[in-house]
Amino acid sequence: MKLQAMGLYFPDIEHLLNWPGILFEGSKYFELNKVGIIYLWAMIAPILLFTLAIRKSKLVPTGVQTIAESSVDFVRENVVMQTIGPDGMKFMPFLMSLFFFIFFSNITEVIPFIQLPGNARMAAPAMLALVVWVVFNAVGIKSQGFFKYFKNTIIPPGVPGALLPLVAVIEFVSTFFVRPFSLAVRLFANMLAGHLLLVTFAVLSAALWDSSPLISIVWAPFVVLIGLTGFEVLVAFLQAFIFTILTAVYIGGALHPEH
Amino acid sequence: MIDLLAAADVIADKPDQILVGLKAVGAGLGYGLAAIGPGVGIGLVVGNAITAMARQPESAGMVRTTMFLGIAFTEALALIGFVVFILLNFA
Repeated sequence: MKLQAMGLYFPDIEHLLNWPGILFEGSKYFELNKVGIIYLWAMIAPILLFTLAIRKSKLVPTGVQTIAESSVDFVRENVVMQTIGPDGMKFMPFLMSLFFFIFFSNITEVIPFIQLPGNARMAAPAMLALVVWVVFNAVGIKSQGFFKYFKNTIIPPGVPGALLPLVAVIEFVSTFFVRPFSLAVRLFANMLAGHLLLVTFAVLSAALWDSSPLISIVWAPFVVLIGLTGFEVLVAFLQAFIFTILTAVYIGGALHPEH
Repeated sequence: MIDLLAAADVIADKPDQILVGLKAVGAGLGYGLAAIGPGVGIGLVVGNAITAMARQPESAGMVRTTMFLGIAFTEALALIGFVVFILLNFA
């Protein structure tokens, strides 16, 4: 659907969402488009970061090592310790991988000339949410046993008997269906909304730059665009943090049932 | 009245365009309605978190983490509304 008003041409949504392949075109399995390349970058960038950090590791960290160590410290103190506790340390590698993969594929939203968050496509968030679903159920089954985990999950403690069927159904649906769905949709929709917002203001700035002689009006959308870019850096970080912390909460809930 | 009937006669010839228009109206209204509840909800969550932090600054770290969790859960509804908007308009 195209939207055109007063010389302002807004790109149709297909143009924003469908990216043609740019590497290995025509190949059935190896064709890569911009989104695929962003995911490759998001996979390689954390490896590079930590390899650089440990190559010349010192007791008093400098440069890259400071970034790596403070990020590990951040995930340990703010995610694992707050939600799972000391016995959640064995999930640190998993949570760190999630955090860095999501952060590096989100942050391309504000990097000039790339300007597309990888997670503005549904596929990868859905896959990550499925991985998280499998992990927290596996942890629950391993630590409590299948039937005990199932019972503890769908029957919260202290519910009066008459309400039990209703609560059990709600808990079942919310744990096994709504959790992965909302994890995936939250990440995807936040990044897509941010991307559309930036596109809208970039298109407005460009159109006004072409047509309007009024300097103050020309700069207004551009200033908003700069402000929103800063805001999107925050959103990229926050979504990675929220995805990681929700994963930790689900794992913690499966590990320590409420009594 | 006659104008209205004449207009209805014109648009009755083009049911496709009516469908597109109604989809756009429905999507816009749907997203607006979906944003009301989460807006109020996030306001409540953040407001109470600020109250808690002001009363007990030493517990600010824990409150902040829980606040982000609450925001994430509340915000999901608005985002589902946004996805419905996209689907209605473009899918």
